[in-house]
Amino acid sequence: AFFLCAGDQNLFTALYGSLTQQLPREPMEWRRSYGRAPKMIYLEANFVQFKEELLPKEGNKALLTFPFLHVYWTDCCDSEVYKASVKEDMQRWQAALRLHGSVDWLIAVVESDNKKKNKTNLLPRTSIVDKIRSDFCNKQSDRCVSLCDPLKESSRSQESWSSFLTKLRTLLLMSFTRNLGRFEDEMRTLREKRTEPGWSFCDYFMVQEELAFVFEMLQQFEDALVQYDELDALFTQYVLNFGAGDGANWLGSFCQPVRSWNGLLLRRPIDMEKRDLIQRGEASLLDLRSYLFSRQCTLLIFLQRPWEVTARALELLHNCVQELRLLEVSVVSGALDCWVFLSCLEVLHRIEGCCDRSQLEANTSHTVGLWTYATEKLRCLGDLCGLVSENGPNSEDLNKTVDLLAGLGAERPETVNSPQSPYKKLKEALSSVEAFEKHYLELSHAAMEMYKAIGRLRSARLVGKSLAEFYMRKGDPRSAENFLLDSLKSYVSESWSLPLTHTRKQIAECQKQLQKMDEYLQTSALLASDTNLSDDERRHFCQEILTFASQTAEDARVALSMSSFTRLQELRFRPSSALVHVSAALQLELRLCSLMPVPVTLEQISASIHFTQEQPGSTAQKRAAQNPDGTVTFPAASPASASASALELCEILEHSPSDNVLSSAGVACRNMHLLMRQNDSATSLDTPNTALTALTLEDGAQMLRASDVTLLPGNNSIVFTAQKPGVYTLRQLCATLGQVQFILPHLYPVVQYEVYSQEPQLSIQPLTEHLLAGLPQQVKFTILTGHYSVKKGDALQLSNTDSMPVLHSSTCSARILSSSAELLAESALSIQSSEKVTSISLPVTPPYHTLEFLLEVLCHIPSCPARMESERLTNGQISRRSRTRFNSGMTLIDQKVSVDCPWSIYSTLVSLTFHVPFKVKHSLLSAGRRKFIQVCLQNLVFRQQCVFSVWELRWSSVSPVSLHCVFSAAFAPADAPDAALKPYTYDFTLERVSVSADGSDLSRVCVAAFHLSLCDIYCLR
Amino acid sequence: MFHYTVHTSLDVVEEKISGVGKALADQRELYLGLLYPTEDYKVYGYVTNSKVKFVIVVDSSNTSLRDNEIRSMFRKLHNSFTDVMCNPFYNPGDPIQSKAFDSIVSTMMVQAC
Repeated sequence: AFFLCAGDQNLFTALYGSLTQQLPREPMEWRRSYGRAPKMIYLEANFVQFKEELLPKEGNKALLTFPFLHVYWTDCCDSEVYKASVKEDMQRWQAALRLHGSVDWLIAVVESDNKKKNKTNLLPRTSIVDKIRSDFCNKQSDRCVSLCDPLKESSRSQESWSSFLTKLRTLLLMSFTRNLGRFEDEMRTLREKRTEPGWSFCDYFMVQEELAFVFEMLQQFEDALVQYDELDALFTQYVLNFGAGDGANWLGSFCQPVRSWNGLLLRRPIDMEKRDLIQRGEASLLDLRSYLFSRQCTLLIFLQRPWEVTARALELLHNCVQELRLLEVSVVSGALDCWVFLSCLEVLHRIEGCCDRSQLEANTSHTVGLWTYATEKLRCLGDLCGLVSENGPNSEDLNKTVDLLAGLGAERPETVNSPQSPYKKLKEALSSVEAFEKHYLELSHAAMEMYKAIGRLRSARLVGKSLAEFYMRKGDPRSAENFLLDSLKSYVSESWSLPLTHTRKQIAECQKQLQKMDEYLQTSALLASDTNLSDDERRHFCQEILTFASQTAEDARVALSMSSFTRLQELRFRPSSALVHVSAALQLELRLCSLMPVPVTLEQISASIHFTQEQPGSTAQKRAAQNPDGTVTFPAASPASASASALELCEILEHSPSDNVLSSAGVACRNMHLLMRQNDSATSLDTPNTALTALTLEDGAQMLRASDVTLLPGNNSIVFTAQKPGVYTLRQLCATLGQVQFILPHLYPVVQYEVYSQEPQLSIQPLTEHLLAGLPQQVKFTILTGHYSVKKGDALQLSNTDSMPVLHSSTCSARILSSSAELLAESALSIQSSEKVTSISLPVTPPYHTLEFLLEVLCHIPSCPARMESERLTNGQISRRSRTRFNSGMTLIDQKVSVDCPWSIYSTLVSLTFHVPFKVKHSLLSAGRRKFIQVCLQNLVFRQQCVFSVWELRWSSVSPVSLHCVFSAAFAPADAPDAALKPYTYDFTLERVSVSADGSDLSRVCVAAFHLSLCDIYCLR
Repeated sequence: MFHYTVHTSLDVVEEKISGVGKALADQRELYLGLLYPTEDYKVYGYVTNSKVKFVIVVDSSNTSLRDNEIRSMFRKLHNSFTDVMCNPFYNPGDPIQSKAFDSIVSTMMVQAC
């Protein structure tokens, strides 16, 4: 604040030093209007000698040079002198102040002991002060202060000095507050007039900035910043209104074409050059914005908020570009790029200048935006000036460069001596292709490193990708490739399809230039199937593959992944069991969805198959993936569907252990770890790209082939036929197109089929549940021909047995069935019997068919079961063709038939079991001395009927020791009562047993009798 | 370029989510504010409690949309998205084909233009 000092200049000069020094030493509490919080401030002041022309004129808005307090200094202690000259001088001074409306004044009366001593005739000192007070300080006695010999070191003078300073501060603050308040009010009034025609933003700017200066001087940077922010917002609003069609006259001056683009200048506290332009109303939009920002930047750095500077800088630069567009200001193309580039670097330099390295590193996230922006802009300039090309700039490019450099003007004095100044960097970068590359790479790598350091991998890769584009334009695909692949990887892993397609197109171009044909074709296949591209583009990439495929170079076979070319959707077996015998047709129908935009004719599609070392038939349970209708569905290979696994939810109920009451119930997800991992995109960034894994075709594998297949876009069906016997697993699929092979390296789920080879088989089975002995019975002959084909003249040779003759029947005929049990033919059989052999000639039957016929046989019931049993016992072996067994009350006869088949040199032995339909029991009955034989014949087949016959035994002489009896019964089946069948006979023997009086003897004989288990015993008492 | 911008904005989303940490987790502020100013676009972000990310990109020249409007747009979007998720016939991860959702998005787009 300014003080204007009148009165005794010598006196004032003597005190000036200590005043300016000591005034700011103690803070004052500053109470402010409009409810703003009070602040402690330090007052600093300038003391200037009073001159009338220094008094502010009406309407003066300058606050910085405003005299806040007027002080009249006098050391007069002589009332005569006072009356003679001092009083008059004071009156003049007061009049001048009144004239200018200044009410802030103070009269300082300095008394000195020296003077007092010399002039002893003086009035008491106080009277001078009193006089002055009564003359001037009308009711304001505090406006006159006496100061006691300030240049002395006495305690009295110190005390007086400090109270004087306090007074001075208080008055100054009062004046300051009042004047500032008035100033602010005036400023507001001015702002309210902003809609009036003659209003000028620049004028208003100067007024409000004055306020900002004052705050800055008071070290109230926050308040100062608010002033600039208000100006900023006001201006922004005007631009927006202008854009909306509400134009303000004064804005015209800001719409002048941009002629200079030398960037922000942040190294001066106040850029007076630009300030003058604003004051004169000649500033362009960029000038105003630059000036405003440089002031904001200065204040923010005072406030130690450098990171706000960077954030605001980025906003400012974006905003300026937008505003110039909105105001339709004409700008030389590239000029704004220069301005932004220079400004970015200038801000970064400024920040680097006020922070140490560790601070900078910790706040990379605040600066990296500016680095990237600068990089982008430099790149734009490079493109514009022909610096990013294989051939370098042409003359037109050079002209543009010259124009751009002209707009930069001369380097500012502040940076002339710094070798790394933004100005020098830009000039150098635009000077040559090499220099441009150097600077561009430097910036790009710096930006990438920063992004990586703060974990913004996607951003880092995007910078890398634009670096790749740079290399591509420079004709250096080798350097571009890795950057592109890196980007691609992240888009693939996060399934961002549009960036993926775009990047893949760039990669295709890169690979083509590098002559990496395998990779190029693979990429082309992916692009040809990419629905994000237009049909024309897809056709182009498809054609690239077709063209390559039709080239003749024999050695250049290329294996590509089939997944990009066509998708295997479904496989269908016919028959659905996927199980056929040799020579039958097993068809495999592949459903392929071609992803190509045009029909593609393939020389061959082959499926390699793997012979499985397994027992035929054992694979059935392994074909779990095969549906009952013979289809196998292949899941779509896209990662999206693979990850869309369902939630596995389970119920959780918890019972409290003490009383088994339900304590909590809930639902838990069992596979949460999987689902959560998929959702967390951060971790999936580095998953390997499966599409690029090596494709190898298995060597020497067996194949199923289909030739000359045309795949239409969309669904296709291809049929393979399998014939070789064995169990096979489908392994790979390969489509051959000239030199190009599309390979599906693994088929999952596992698909198996079986072609089996079968030996011929003969089986003979009873037609009814039980075969009955003694009656003609039908047995069914079934021949599965297997791989054998029955030729004309083939016959079955049955060796005859006495116990089971084959009965001839003229109506005997054979049925021929296909493998699917379909009746194909029926033909008569001719049966010839010789003494030993019955020969059945078979009709001609193809392989894998079934031949059936019925044959009637008769099993004789052995006449004497007892004898047969004994026979067996004596022989001790089963050499016989028939054997009698007893089972649950029935007598069984096993008949073995030996059959010689035409396909084998060995005889087939078939066993048939016959049941004896009767059971006979005899018993000896006694009635006194008379003896009766009772025979009970039981029919086991029909209702368990029993027939009893009783004979009385009488003998004329002595009874025989042994009596042999034969029981014979004729029988016929109920449905054929006339049938002449061999009667059923039953042999038995009665023996006399004598028993002596000696009981022991009897027991021995009895035991002996029981040994003959089948013999009936009768006893004579 | 637009899609690249959206993609890279995820970096900032992740940074904000992890940076927010537990201090803000309780406050359930889902709106992440301006993620990413560029010369041409302003990118705003929003993350649901189940970490579903919404991104709104506004043309830089569009000055009618302030923070509050964007915030309410996100809220509307989130509500509609929740409705879609509540549909028992919708499988999470599939492209959204809901007409209701579509019309909410369309009306927001129309309003913004």
